[in-house]
Amino acid sequence: MSGNVAEVEKHVAAYRKVGAALLVLTVVTVAASYLPTAVPLAIVIALIIATTKGSLVASVFMHLVGERKAIYWALALTVVFWVFLMSLPLLGQWDTIGVQKTLPNANAPAMDAEEEH
Amino acid sequence: MEIPYTVAERPDTGLNNVKLGIWLFLASEVMLFGGLFSTYILLRVGATDWPVGSTLLNVPIGTFNTTILIISSITMVMAHASLKLDDFGKYKTYMGATILLACTFLAVKGYEYWEKVSHDHLPAESTYLAIYWTLTGLHGLHIVGGIIVNSYFWGPGSAMWRTKREQFENRVEAAGLYWHFVDLVWIFLFPVLYLL
Repeated sequence: MSGNVAEVEKHVAAYRKVGAALLVLTVVTVAASYLPTAVPLAIVIALIIATTKGSLVASVFMHLVGERKAIYWALALTVVFWVFLMSLPLLGQWDTIGVQKTLPNANAPAMDAEEEH
Repeated sequence: MEIPYTVAERPDTGLNNVKLGIWLFLASEVMLFGGLFSTYILLRVGATDWPVGSTLLNVPIGTFNTTILIISSITMVMAHASLKLDDFGKYKTYMGATILLACTFLAVKGYEYWEKVSHDHLPAESTYLAIYWTLTGLHGLHIVGGIIVNSYFWGPGSAMWRTKREQFENRVEAAGLYWHFVDLVWIFLFPVLYLL
């Protein structure tokens, strides 16, 4: 029992540290948004900080560090589906079905030559 | 009839049903919010003009609410740790604080919504506002769900602590996992909607 108590107290100390880190990173997120950077760079910075915060919550608060393999497999499958879901907009962007394509006619006179006449 | 593996670990997965169930539920939640984030990206990339969130939304209020939600995540994890340390009094305090913080978050969000409505910033005004109302509204509903579940475990549901301690502890852990997920979603929503 005492070993278990010591283990939980160790976790509690980690929760406090992670909590403090999350609050500091929130301030950093807001401060970074005021930096005079281009929008794409601002998005990258904000997402890096958000991902760091999210990883801390998932690994420490949600105990993903040291979790059973079955959970990892379920989450890995979720990631696969999530990546597919996120790439759907790209598929829409690349979709050319229904768009008429014309091949250049090698025998046609050049535009410059036509203009000369 | 007793439901099996509510406390004991299943031999095949090494997990009890509570934990496996909540994680599968959270996986489906990732897909729900993932679909909406995907929609956001599609709409934003395709838009000729997109407002910076800070020009329409109140960043200090958003930062305050983010802080509130992070603190509520800390109190939630402390509530579970208190049960593990056999301190039911502290559990009640931490769980009560989690519920209060969640209500504060909703009250602040309600004020923000009221401000938007009074200035006619409704979903029909722009694509940005449509996605803002959809994402924050869905997240708000998750907060309401969390408040209901946590209030049950703080109030009538906590009677189980006297009869089936381990099962009660598992239930609180599952509620905590859900609550941390709701916090995690907001961690991404805040910069995406308010700052970029």
